[in-house]
Order: sequence, then structure tokens, then C-alpha cells
Amino acid sequence: MPVEVRIPTPLRKFTDGADTVPVEGNSIAELLDDLDKNHPGLKGRICEDDGSVRRFVNVYVNGDDIRFLDNLASPVKDGDEVSIVPAIAGGTRSLS
Amino acid sequence: MAFVKGLTCRECGEKYEIGPEHVCEYCFGPLEVEYDYDAIASVISRELIESRPQNLWRYRELLPVENEPTIGLYSGWTPLVKADRLARELGVEELYVKDDSCNHPTFSYKDRVVSVAISKAVELGFDTVACASTGNLANSVSAHAARAGLKCFIFIPDNLEQGKVIGSVIYDPVPVAIKGNYDDVNRLCAEIADKYRWAFVNINLRPFYTEGAKTYGFELAEQLGWKLPRHIVVPTAGGTILPKVARAFEEFTRLGLVADEPWSIYSAQASGCAPVINALHADSELIEPVKPDTIAKSIAIGNPADGFYVLKAVRGSHGGWGESVTDEEIVDGIKLLARTEGIFTEPAGGTTVAVTKKLIDTGRIPRDESIVISITGNGYKTIEAVSASVREPHVIPARLGDFDELYASLA
Repeated sequence: MPVEVRIPTPLRKFTDGADTVPVEGNSIAELLDDLDKNHPGLKGRICEDDGSVRRFVNVYVNGDDIRFLDNLASPVKDGDEVSIVPAIAGGTRSLS
Repeated sequence: MAFVKGLTCRECGEKYEIGPEHVCEYCFGPLEVEYDYDAIASVISRELIESRPQNLWRYRELLPVENEPTIGLYSGWTPLVKADRLARELGVEELYVKDDSCNHPTFSYKDRVVSVAISKAVELGFDTVACASTGNLANSVSAHAARAGLKCFIFIPDNLEQGKVIGSVIYDPVPVAIKGNYDDVNRLCAEIADKYRWAFVNINLRPFYTEGAKTYGFELAEQLGWKLPRHIVVPTAGGTILPKVARAFEEFTRLGLVADEPWSIYSAQASGCAPVINALHADSELIEPVKPDTIAKSIAIGNPADGFYVLKAVRGSHGGWGESVTDEEIVDGIKLLARTEGIFTEPAGGTTVAVTKKLIDTGRIPRDESIVISITGNGYKTIEAVSASVREPHVIPARLGDFDELYASLA
């Protein structure tokens, strides 16, 4: 069973509008790589060129900020819920 | 009014139309309202502002609403108190307290940001407003939503002071307490805002909401006689108010409403939750989140959304700095302000007073220049913070003889 990754609105254009996608991997770094394989370009939005998570993006595993875990090396297992959230709080919402 | 040009990403400069958007879809940077300052300069003047009612809308050209404001007509224009007794106690010459503990209608600076955010929510056609809050914001959103006749959801941590909880639910919003701290509330609300069609004042309306905080800076400059203070100390939680006070000073200077003189801005945090001060002292740009542990619950935000911009504003001012203080110092700060100036503030205000004292004692703020202490919240909401460290009343029978005896014992 794969890990569910929650995608914020600004990134859903990469996932055909899906708000969650199933991803394979044993760590956040592996998840991001797998995510990019199925949805090319997505990782570039989340990470800097050196691979580190961008300043304005927060990543959570079951509600815990990965900076309190082991950052990109934070382990994930089947059934975990991973959220990508803009650091400034929240996603965008359009009235249209 | 054609003074607002649109929204611009603070990081990459990408431009967006005005709407309930707050994150750049390219780099995730925060969006900010962009103004046409030349157009504003052609109409604004000290005289025009002075001719208007004493509320935060007297600076309306510099606020992001299009129509005649209907929300917050009694908010803002709080006293700038000349604090001579506190000045003597701290050993400084010129000291003021900008006192938002008496803001209308919910006694904190949040009445400013909410007035602007809910005005914008109404303009954008929302019928439901919401917020993630440590208490004061929920109070203000609940009250303003009640008066505006809007539906309201508030999301708060489950460990808040009773005054902060009752101070929201009395206005009849849908109150939701989240098991966890503010950062947990904020993360959940980010996901809720992404799913539900509401105006989250500090999430998808954040670009408009934060603009309201500028009025704190505008007012105190006008109240000082159209002059900026040399030094101002501001508490930091999510990081909204400090960069916007700095922005207010920059805008007034740019528009020629005040003289272009140096000023310094200082951040105040509780030691039990000081992610911004930690980064400042480590000379780092990276804010490491912390798990909050302090009585100053209104500023217990371990993962501040705008912390990075607090650092920028502090470092960009002339000799700006910041400090953190212990819970014990915070309580002492609350009591010091009460006993010298007759102002009862919450722990966030106690933090700011105590940090000001520390900055003066360590020579960061000189004793012979003007200083403003930013008081942003009211102590009557957080009596738990001080109840164990204040005097109990003397209880006596209703007889003159008993009072005489008590009086003699006090001598």
C-alpha cells in the first residue's frame, strides 16, 4: 500500500487536479523523486536545485513537520499521510 | 479608488489580479498588495487625513479596499500614551505606549487586520469568514462577523485561556478547538481553506489582512506629531505586525508625510517560543521551528508564517535587534506596566515591556532617544497568567473598627 500525499491547490495542475496522489517510497526524499517521476516538474516546485525543501514550503508526515523529524530523510511507511503545505499557511481558493 | 494595482509575489515578483489568493503558484512566496504610490501622493496629505473620523480608515488610500468601508468604523485610533512613570523606572527620557489593549471592539490589535480583511471578504462576495487563532484573532473575527451578519468559523488550540474562549463564543461563531498547539491549528486550517469556500482572514485573505496592521504604525506617527519614533519594540508571533509597522513608516516617508529620518525596530519574543530571535542571534536567515512552551499563548507560534520578513525588517532598520525573555520576566513586565502606567496588558505585552527593559539595560536602545512600546492585547482576557503572582484582597467584616485595625497593620 502506497503513501498518500496531499497536494495543495497551486500544484494540482501537475496532478490533473487531484488533491491526493498515491506515491511509493521509504523516505520523504524517495517520495519526492517518485512524485516527480509520475508528475514531471512537481519536485522543482517543492525543492530548490540543491534538493532542499524551499523556504516557503512545509512538508508534514501525519501532521508532524519534517523539520522536527529527520527532514528529507524522515522515514515514511505504508498508510502514512504526507501533506505539502505552503509555509505562508494554506492554499489558494478561487471564487470562480 | 484606483490606488491598488494588484497582488505581487514578494519573492519572484509574479503579478496577480486582486482576489482571494495569497501564495505565488510558481515559488510559493507570499503575495502582497501593490499600490500606485504616485497616484496616492497626488491626493493624500496630512490635512486630508486629519479631517477624517478617528478610526483606521482615515488612511484608506493606503488600504486595499475599493468601496466605502463598512466594517471597523470604530476600530483603531487607540491612545499613544506618554509613559513618564515607566520611563523613569526604565531610566529613559522619552517613552510612549501605543495602547491597542483598548481597541474596539475586542481589545487587541487584531481589530485592525480583521476590519480590513472582512471589508475585503464582503467586497469579494464571501458569506462565511474563518480564522486560525491563538485567541485574539478569533475574538475579533467573531465580533466583526456578528456585526456584519456573516457566518463564522473559528479554529483555536484546545488549551487557551478561558477569557479568550468566551471572548469568541459569546458572538456565536462555530467554535472548533483543535487538540494541539497553534501550529497544528494553522496546518489544519491551511488544508481546510484549500477545500472550503470561505474567507479565511489570515490564510487566503492574508495579503489584505496584513495591510490592516500598517494602521498601527500610521497612527502612532500621526500621534507623535507626524514624526517617526527613533525606536519601536514590537512583539512577534506569526510575524504580521512588525514588518507592516516598518512598511507603514516607509510609506509615510515615501509620501512625504513624515521626515526621512533613521528609525530602528526591535522584535520581542518569549524565551519559550523564540524561533525568530534564535535566527536573529545566530545571524541566520533560516527560521527553525520550535515547540512552544510559554505562558504568552497569544504569541506562542513556533512556525511563524512571516518570520522571515520580521528578520528582514529588523535587519533593514538602523541598528534593529530583538530579544526574548522568560515567563517570570513577562509577568514582571505586565505588573510593571500596570503599576506605572495603569495599563493592564496580556503576556504578549508583558513580553514587549520586558524586552524593552532588556534592550535598554544592555545598551541596544540608548536612554536619550524616543522609544515606543507596542501593546497589542488586553490583560483582562488572560488573568490566569498573573493570578498566582498578585495580592489577595484583605477580607474584613463591614465594621469601621476592623478597617482601623487593618489600616494600622499596613503602616
